[in-house]
Order: sequence, then C-alpha cells, then structure tokens
Amino acid sequence: MSSFDNPFDPKVTLGRTGCACGQHESQERHDAEVVELQRQRQLQLQTVAASEEARCGRAVEGAVVRALFPRESTRRRFLHAVGAGTALAAIEHFFPLGKARDAFAETKGKIEKTDLKVGFIPITCATPIIMAHPMGFYRKHGLNVEVVKTAGWAVIRDKSLAKEYDAAHMLSPMPLAISLGVGSNAIPWTMAAVENINGQAITLAMKHKDKRDPKQWKGFKFAVPFDYSMHNYLLRYYVAEAGLDPDKDIQIRAVPPPEMVANLRAENLDGFLGPDPMNQRAVFDGVGFIHILSKDIWEGHPCCAFTASKGFAAEMPNTFAALLKAIIDATAFATKAENRKQIAEAIAPANYLNQPVTVVEQVLTGTFADGLGKVQKVPNRIDFDPFPWQSFAVWILTQMKRWGQIKGDIDYKRVAEEVFLATDAAKLMKEVGMTPPAATYKPFKVMGKAFDPAKPEDYINSFAIKRA
Amino acid sequence: MASGRGLRAAILSLLLLALFVGAWQLATGGGAGAAADVDPEYAKLIGKEAASGGKSAMPSPADVVKKIWNHVVDPFYDRGTNDKGIGIQLAYSIARVLGGYLLAALFAIPLGFLIGMSPLVYRALDPFIQVLKPISPLAWMPLALYTIKDSSTSSVFVIFICSVWPMLINTAFGVASVRKEWLNVARTLEVGPLRKAFTVILPAAAPTIMTGMRISIGIAWLVIVAAEMLVGGTGIGYFVWNEWNNLSIANIITAILLIGLVGMLLDQLLARLARAVTYPE
Repeated sequence: MSSFDNPFDPKVTLGRTGCACGQHESQERHDAEVVELQRQRQLQLQTVAASEEARCGRAVEGAVVRALFPRESTRRRFLHAVGAGTALAAIEHFFPLGKARDAFAETKGKIEKTDLKVGFIPITCATPIIMAHPMGFYRKHGLNVEVVKTAGWAVIRDKSLAKEYDAAHMLSPMPLAISLGVGSNAIPWTMAAVENINGQAITLAMKHKDKRDPKQWKGFKFAVPFDYSMHNYLLRYYVAEAGLDPDKDIQIRAVPPPEMVANLRAENLDGFLGPDPMNQRAVFDGVGFIHILSKDIWEGHPCCAFTASKGFAAEMPNTFAALLKAIIDATAFATKAENRKQIAEAIAPANYLNQPVTVVEQVLTGTFADGLGKVQKVPNRIDFDPFPWQSFAVWILTQMKRWGQIKGDIDYKRVAEEVFLATDAAKLMKEVGMTPPAATYKPFKVMGKAFDPAKPEDYINSFAIKRA
Repeated sequence: MASGRGLRAAILSLLLLALFVGAWQLATGGGAGAAADVDPEYAKLIGKEAASGGKSAMPSPADVVKKIWNHVVDPFYDRGTNDKGIGIQLAYSIARVLGGYLLAALFAIPLGFLIGMSPLVYRALDPFIQVLKPISPLAWMPLALYTIKDSSTSSVFVIFICSVWPMLINTAFGVASVRKEWLNVARTLEVGPLRKAFTVILPAAAPTIMTGMRISIGIAWLVIVAAEMLVGGTGIGYFVWNEWNNLSIANIITAILLIGLVGMLLDQLLARLARAVTYPE
C-alpha cells in the first residue's frame, strides 16, 4: 500500500505484514484484541488477592458457626430448616461476623496512613512492588497505594529524601550509600526487603558476537544503571577476574536503563550489565545478545530493594508493617514458577513497565531467546526471596571500599544490621507462610571465590585489582 | 497578486510535505524481505525484524498516522497513575508552563519597570542578570528538587527561572528607551509619577515588553518537555520519556508533532497580543 491510502478504511491493509504479532490482519484488530485481553486479565488478577481474603473470611465464619453448633448434626438440621442465607443473617444479627472477619484480617494496630505513594523504576526487578498494585496485594493489607513510575535512580533517591514517596524501589547498595552519606546527605535509611535475586545480564552489541572472552574487551564502553548498584560491582568483579582493570581498561558509565538499548543500537555502547527487561528488549529488537546471566557470576545475588526512611518505619510502625507485609506477600506469590506468566501480563501494560508482554514473560519464566539463535531455559533467571541477608550488605560494603567509593575503616556489622532489617522481614515472612532462615549471615561464592562475612577486610585484600 | 503568491506558497508547502513523507515511506518501507531461516520457536520470542536478522526499524508514516489517530480519538483516558491520555498529559504541561510563566511575569514586569526607570539600579543589578541569564534552566533542577522538595513545584520553578530573564531585560530596556521628548512633555504638564508610569511609559514600552513575553513563552515551552523528562510523573515530557522507555518511535513522533503544534499556538497567541499593543510612531 502507499502512504496515501486511507488508513481508516477497514479494507485497506496497513503496514507491511499486518500487525506486530503477525496473527491479525491489521494492527487495529491486534490492538483491540490486546486491550480486551488485558481487561479480562485485569479482572482475573484482582480476584487473586480477593479470593485469599474470602478464604480468611470463610475460616472466621466457620469458627463462629462451629462454636454455635458444637454438634455437626444440629448445624445441618438448622441449616436445612431455615436455609443458609437466613442462617447467616440470623447469626449476623446477634454476632458481628463482619467485624470478626475484619479483626482477623487486621493483624494488629490501626494503620496510621492508608494512602501511600511508592516510587518504582520500570524494570522487572520491581516486580513485587508493581504487581501488588494490579493484583490487589496492597488492598488486601488495607492500603491504598499509588505506584509511581520514576525516571531514574537519582530522581527516586531525591523524591524519597524529599518525602514525596513514602517508600521506594532502590538498588540494594543505595540504602547503604544513603545511610553512610556517600553521594548524598547521610540520612538513616532502611532496606526492608530484597525485591529480587538474580535477574540481570551482560548484554553485548551484535557486532561483538565472537568476543565472548572478557579478556578481549579492552577499550569497551559499558553501561550500568547507577554508580551504587549491584550491576556496577558485578561488572567490575567480572572483568577484574579476567585481569582487566575496570577503571583503566574499560569505560563504565551510569546510564538509566531505558537509554541502554537506544545507546546500544546507536553504537554508543559496546555492552551493558543492566536490569531486565532491557537485556531481553535488546534481543527482541535485534540489537544485542545476552552474553552471560548475572546468576552465573553470583548465584542468588540480591539486586533491587524495597526501602523506606528510618523515620517512616519508626513514626508509622503499623503502616510500615502492612506495606512490608503486602510486598512480602506479593514476593511469595512471585516465587512460584506457575504464577510468573500471570504476573508478566499484569506488569507489562503502559501503566507499569510499558513493554511487550512476550519480553517480560521471557524474563520471568526464564524461557528466552538469547539473541544468538538459541532458546534457553533457565527457570531461576530471576527469582524472588525477600530476606535481606546482612551478609549481602557486608559484601556490598567490601566492594564499595574495594573501588574507592568509601574510604577508611567501616564497622561492617553495625552498618549492615542498621540498614538491612532482617528481623522485621523474618517476622512478616512467617506471617504470610514463608520460612525465613534462622541466621542473618551466610557465606557464599562469587565466581567460585568464597566470601566469609566475618572477615571483610581479608576479602578486600585478597583481590589483585582494587583501589583501596 | 498577494493571494496568488499565498496560494503558490501553500502548494509548495504541501509538495515539500509530500516529498518528505514519500522519502520517509521509501526509507522505511523496504527491507522486510526474505526471512532468514530461524527456529519458529525462537522467532516467536523476538521481534519481527530481529527474526529476519535485522534490527527493529523506524516506523513508516502510515504507522505514525495510525498512532496519531489512536491518540486523537481517545485523548483523555486515564488507566492509572502512569498511563494517562495524551490530552491529559498536554494539559498538565500547559498548566505548569502557564503557572511558572505568569509568576515570572508578575515578578519580572514590575522589577523591570523599576530597573528601567533608574539607571543606578540598572547598573547595580546588571552583573547579576548577566550571570544568571545564560544558565540552562535544567541546571537549576537538582537544586530546586533539593530545596523545594516537591517535583511538580520544582518544574514550575524551572519554568519561572527560564522565562523571567527575557521579560525582565526587555521590560527594563523598553522602559529605559522611552523617548525623552515624551517624558519631558509629561514633566512640563506636571503629571504625577504614578500617572506618568501608567499613561506614558507603559504604553510606550508595551511592544518591547510583549516581545520579551513572546520570547519567554517559547523558551518555557522548550524547557517544560526537558524538565518533565527528567522528573517524570505527568506531562508531555514524561510521555516522551515513557515511550522512549518502550522504544516506541511512533508514539514519540506523535508527541513531537503535538509539542510543535502547541508551541506554535502559544506563540501565535502572544503574537496576537503583541499586535494589539503596538502603535504607529
């Protein structure tokens, strides 16, 4: 067709090959179907949390009825005689069933403030924060939360410091940096829960298809989302293990995630260690390929964090607990592989991530195109575990010191325990039916090298390439 | 004769547009030829262009027209905090621009008047104005966010700070260069200072002031898009950023066209006002 054909004529085929997915004759029909599907999903999603609530409600009703009619046969005869509806009304008449249901749902204390604002960056790391909105986890815990998309890490930090947001999605090194006053004023900040573990990747431009060994990367330009990010530390760690000095042999720039793919496409970058869905989006657009998943650098590393100021946690303990419980509840739902597809559909629309559903789905399910013609199946490509291990904080602090972001002596343990709120998370994890670990420190391995959280200084000294 | 030239100019404009759109269509239309033999399971997971071995392409004019139509038929939808119609976004931006701009006018015109009337104040304030004027308004953004602690007010502040200088300088200049004869006539007639300001100086300086205001609105509209891209939340700048995030070039082109259109309307409005206050010498 030529561009002068009437695009509003239903008989005219627009575009080159119909719609984006190729299954509809026109983009309009495709769009209409997508919108309709989304609407249906939305309805289904809202019932996920609601049905949980109904189950709690039934448990309460069951308890009351059992108390009234200790003998099963009496209960059945009574219900037969008057009908279930009348029975319910009759019981409700002298026993406040509704109040009992509410009292059960409300674990403790009155919520000081129900209308909250939570900021997020549109990446899959924010999955629990985002999904809790369309899937009703905030509502279930008595909160009316507005999730606000934010342009970058510096902005989310400033808006949080300015109390425009009550809580926010941050990179897990950020609360440590804010508390220490690195890169901003020192304000006591807390990390209440880990948003996600794994879920990042090194993506390289298509032209570097044959340079799979990091030793060949001298002179490359890389992007990471922020200076105080796991991405920065993991990329530095990875290239340093290959013998390259990340400050001298390669260039690392802080680039907001959305700009990463555009820059890779424009060949301003050779690669990035970025959050998903940007890695998958680069593959989707034919711009880059996934070199290595971050889980292959450090299996189970934390990435993003759910954070709030210490002031908020102290002034509104019940609100904070309800919010954190909603997040942990959502995280628990996201840990199950069978729920991932549903979550992908909930968080892909324009109101949240604004990405094609298939891209988000590949990230969350771990069945993905790697950009080199293969379909890989890595179910734990991204995973969810809310527990803020304090040993993670110690590792992050060692890397901050290793690369000269902080200088002098650090009381690793004290900082880790003040910022990473393991006790609160553990308590709430138990309440939503997860089993938190007993310890808050654990040793782990990064690229085969063991890390002992009890000896952070020895760990730093064991590296050949360092700034400290 | 004049109308004949107008008609010819219009035809030429249309021709240029057609040429541009045609070239665009040609540049984006071809290329989607033979698909490379990829595993169908793999092809399902990646974009159409990536499946045929290329990179995702620029949208064609038809894609953009379709996007624009989608926005035009439903400009005011509201599907949650982060997904509002383009009409709502434009309204947010215009409201911010007008807010900052009117504040700037309230501040700059009286101050410019004072500066223009007194050569001493003019000389004293000149170094400050000269230093502050060339600062990119966006450079104020981090400072504004830090001190005001509210992103929406910060963007209004940025509009204020960028539109204040042209108005201030033009007002001062206009007031200072009122013809001496007129002032002398006012003095011989023993007109009071307030009456002199409103009946002699203001009308005389009005065209220059309006020019300053017209420059300001142009700058303010340029700046709001950048400011909103930086801060996010609402507004047409946020819309561009959000669609950039989605790499949706068709949406970005739509927004660019609308930004141009609104900018033109604002400029025309001020030009009308400027024409209303001009006088023949």
